[in-house]
Amino acid sequence: MAAKKAAKRPAKKSAAKKPARKKATKQIPLVEYLRLGERPYLSANECKSCGARYFDRRNACASCGRQEFKKARVRNGAKLKAFTIVHRAAPGIPAPYVSAIVETDDGTTVRSNVVNCDPTPETVNLGMKLKLTTYPIGKDDEGTEAVAFGYEPV
Amino acid sequence: MAAKKSPTKKKTVSKRTQPKKTQPKKPAAKKKTAASKIDDNSVWLIGTDMTAFGRYPDQDLVDLGAQVAMNAMADGGVTIQDMDVLGAGTLFQASTGYGQRLQKQIGQTGSPVFNVSNACATGATAIRTVYLSIKAGEADMGLAVGAEQMGKMGLLGGAGSKKEKNVYEPSGREGAVTGTDGYLGTAGMPGVFAQAGMEYANDYDGVGFEQFAKVAYKNHLHSTLNPLAQYRKEFSMEEIMGAPTMSYPNTLLMCCPTGDGAAAAVLVSGERLKSMPKKVQKRAVKISASVLTSDPYTESAQVQPDVNTLTQNAAAQAYETAGVDPKDLDLVELHDCFATAELIHYDNLGLCEKGGAGDFIDSGAPFRDGATPVNVSGGLISKGHPIGATGVANVYEVATHLRGEAGDRQIKGAKVGLAHVIGLGSACGVHVMEKSGL
Repeated sequence: MAAKKAAKRPAKKSAAKKPARKKATKQIPLVEYLRLGERPYLSANECKSCGARYFDRRNACASCGRQEFKKARVRNGAKLKAFTIVHRAAPGIPAPYVSAIVETDDGTTVRSNVVNCDPTPETVNLGMKLKLTTYPIGKDDEGTEAVAFGYEPV
Repeated sequence: MAAKKSPTKKKTVSKRTQPKKTQPKKPAAKKKTAASKIDDNSVWLIGTDMTAFGRYPDQDLVDLGAQVAMNAMADGGVTIQDMDVLGAGTLFQASTGYGQRLQKQIGQTGSPVFNVSNACATGATAIRTVYLSIKAGEADMGLAVGAEQMGKMGLLGGAGSKKEKNVYEPSGREGAVTGTDGYLGTAGMPGVFAQAGMEYANDYDGVGFEQFAKVAYKNHLHSTLNPLAQYRKEFSMEEIMGAPTMSYPNTLLMCCPTGDGAAAAVLVSGERLKSMPKKVQKRAVKISASVLTSDPYTESAQVQPDVNTLTQNAAAQAYETAGVDPKDLDLVELHDCFATAELIHYDNLGLCEKGGAGDFIDSGAPFRDGATPVNVSGGLISKGHPIGATGVANVYEVATHLRGEAGDRQIKGAKVGLAHVIGLGSACGVHVMEKSGL
């Protein structure tokens, strides 16, 4: 199962940072709002009228009801607003892991994991500074690699 | 039926703020009999029952519901022929015509059924459906039943959608190529509510693992007095904090179990109650407020459920409608699906000062001998949480105390109580109840 492998990947930092191998594995982001490339970032749908941001597709703005959105690049720096250390995870998901709600430097709330950090209450601190990072979580049968994002301590 | 069209919601509110002035309006003909104190447009609970929560592998959901429905009607001295409406709540059998199946066992009178499903607020929604029917003047009396059969379902939430496909292709509103639970945070219930608690800990001082654990300590302790609770065992703080972690800070003993159970309530209009026997009137419990809210837009709620704002909104509406202050509450049954959830609802329901939930539990206020006893039934954590039943069961609990019939766990002299549930998605139900005084 892809999930099992995924757990160990983030530790291999080199693999995560630069897909150095010249063979250039084809990559696909776990979710469309993650933009890969030299400097990965999150792209939100931002309401043109009230500025509310969404990571999923919306028919209209939940805040003001208007229907026009533009793409907005979300800042990569963030701080930890809430977390839980999940020991009893869903089947196939390696545990323990740190699930988190972070607030980016431009005030957008993001749900993600804290990675490259011991999953213990002693290591994970509310308010800690974080930054966006990416890591592969598995490959499909055609060799395409799915890449997830997480936040790591600065 | 519906004779008086008069009080709109607004009038009811303003009337409550100055009750003395409206009373003289009543014709002086009937001189202050108990019945004349009953407002025609008020809504009352006259019968209620619940099963003990636990596991009933040998019964089906209709068995569970039928039993409490018949007991609740008998409790109010009425029969299925008196019921103008049935609100039937279940989550996992929501599409099975549960209410009609129930009628086939307890009386197929042809009265309308509203099958409702509203996450963990399902039971409260069933009650509110009956309440609204009465308020609208379309029913004099109605039955609300909430029931669930979960067996040992294990962990709820998340991960169900993991695809078996072996070629990545973006799908859904996030364009995900595979399940995101566990990669982009948790969708599991213990974790979602853990984060809600930790966000509160981030915002306010004096809240940590120990305060959350105390909530579970209290509720397990309370449950030892409740014969209807799924678990009736006291645990020490060490046992609670040392139990296996589900989602930090929630350990196993800080999470509600899954289980089976049912609860029912019979509601009646004030007008109808007037003509009922004295002993029914005496035991009647006034539904002073029935409120249902959904989660309004908040920035952070776009990526995680916001369980706070809709609870705050429901509480504010309920207190205003009932003309009750949180300080007046003699007991509260609130939605402690996880210990972290109970703590933040102290604040959301205004039981403590803003940011003061940590001090509130540390001071002992929510213990059964404290200033505002919370979850004297043992709460979801120990009494159990058969989802559809929960929102009716906590009304049962509060009503039973107001009637002075709660046995060993009775809160002495209880006159006003509040029942709260919240379902993710999100829905929040709040009912404020008052002793009849008739």
